[in-house]
Amino acid sequence: MTNNIEIRWHGRGGQGAKTAALLLADVAFKTGAYVQGFPEYGPERMGAPITAFNRISSKPIRVHSNIYTPDLVVVVDDSLLASVDVTAGLKDEGAIIINTRKEAEEIRSLLKGYAGRVYTVDARAISEEALGRYFPNSPMLAAAVAVSGVLDKDTFIAEMQHSYEHKFAKKPEVIEGNMKALTMTFESLKEA
Amino acid sequence: MAIKDRMSGNEAVAYAIKQINPDVMPAFPITPSTEIPQMVSNYIANGEIETEFIPVESEHSAMSATIGAEAAGARSLTATSSAGLALMWEELLLAASNRMPCVLALVNRTLSGPININCDHSDGMGARDTGWIQIYAENNQEAYDNFLQAYPIAEDPRVHLPVMICQDGFITSHAVENIELMEDAPVKEFVGEYCPEEYLLNPGKPVAVGPYSVSNYAMEARKNQADALLAAKKVILEVAEKYEKISGRKYGFFEEYRTEDADYIMLIIGSAAGTAKQAVDDLRDQGKKVGVLKLRVFRPFPADEIVEALKNCKAVAIMDRTESYNGNGGPLGSEVCAGLYRRKADVASVNYIYGLAGRDFTVNHVYDIFAELEDMVENGKEVEQFKYIGLRD
Repeated sequence: MTNNIEIRWHGRGGQGAKTAALLLADVAFKTGAYVQGFPEYGPERMGAPITAFNRISSKPIRVHSNIYTPDLVVVVDDSLLASVDVTAGLKDEGAIIINTRKEAEEIRSLLKGYAGRVYTVDARAISEEALGRYFPNSPMLAAAVAVSGVLDKDTFIAEMQHSYEHKFAKKPEVIEGNMKALTMTFESLKEA
Repeated sequence: MAIKDRMSGNEAVAYAIKQINPDVMPAFPITPSTEIPQMVSNYIANGEIETEFIPVESEHSAMSATIGAEAAGARSLTATSSAGLALMWEELLLAASNRMPCVLALVNRTLSGPININCDHSDGMGARDTGWIQIYAENNQEAYDNFLQAYPIAEDPRVHLPVMICQDGFITSHAVENIELMEDAPVKEFVGEYCPEEYLLNPGKPVAVGPYSVSNYAMEARKNQADALLAAKKVILEVAEKYEKISGRKYGFFEEYRTEDADYIMLIIGSAAGTAKQAVDDLRDQGKKVGVLKLRVFRPFPADEIVEALKNCKAVAIMDRTESYNGNGGPLGSEVCAGLYRRKADVASVNYIYGLAGRDFTVNHVYDIFAELEDMVENGKEVEQFKYIGLRD
């Protein structure tokens, strides 16, 4: 899967799905891969459904279209399952990760018979425990790395420490919480 | 040494601006180009460049101030998109006719309506006859490379015209991709110091900029301006050659991708060219002789060179990412057909309108188009000469 992978993110405006996709491109780039991370905007407002995409490849990437047959789908908000066809085109040998408090089997029943692997992660619980507030993108980024295997956990954690130190140079107090959210996700990710 | 990095198209242009360190940047924010002035403002606030940033109250003022600064003798630029470019309309013509070598970073976005923030080329193509040089990019790398070449083209005494460096809104402006950046020193040497021959703040040699011209002279001024745009062709190639020496990356009026023996060629501008190249590789694997001609320089229009590149193929798909509302063809379609006719090149063509207001353009569309061209040529299928692709059923 690490040779050439396409990922589609579903989230709501303001939840950080785009940021997570860009961070994933960032860390994958540091392993020497060719990367693409880009958003698709619908209406520009908080709460509206948005999509973001990643292509990660060992070869230069030239295609500039959205992704229709992803290897991995990441759903940052389970309320989207009612309105967005999140498994559209998702490969059966691929996987979907959903941020939810629901049990994995209950989630699977909402996925229109998707036959591939289904993972759940309670990003709200993780984020609230690690950061004291609800920012689902760090847990979902860690989940995407864990399931896709685009890079190994230790490399990812080391790169993210570096990346957060840069990104939060003016807010160093949130670095530790975000790092904790990442490691907690690796431990609590569940396969249905 | 090249620096391997990853960044969005907007970041790439802002980084090029930082390396150039121009004198004046007036700008007014509009999606999806807003990040460019925002990032340049950061560079200025951090003391990394000495550029004077002027926060103006509209795009009309942004281009006016750019022209004013340029006329005073300062290397100037601005950035905009869509309705912002439309509001600059009058000033675009003034920049070109007053022979101001300023630069505009255009992040292509559709014009209203319905109001929409996504990519097509209706803004840039709407300004195609304003006298500006227009250079389009496939990706962040090309947006960066083209931007570094803008001032050496614009400021060349044989040209003295403004340059628009265009990239596709969101598709490249907001996509993070791999890029190779240059070190600061070779960029500085390549772009050079700006030493205008004549400028307003030169008490030793007073000049007038933008005075009234009576009919006895105005037509000659227009002809001189048109000649300068034509002269830019030579300069664009010279600058590209010089840039290749320091970057290793080759540029011309267009890129010919697997066209040498192609029966069918897609002529296309911007980010969709990358998608077309991937489709061409897939079709070549199936034995189809297809290729892509990616147009980089739209103004001045390299008609002779395009005809030369197309004349041996059986059919060409001419791709326009804008509607011209004339019922006869898009801007690229109309101009290429005129060029083919004038040079008596007997190449069949279909002019497709695609990707309006952010409609996605995929490898499947490219497969369909090449199949249609082949069906038209081999089986005599009737194909409308001007049609849409990617409409909803």
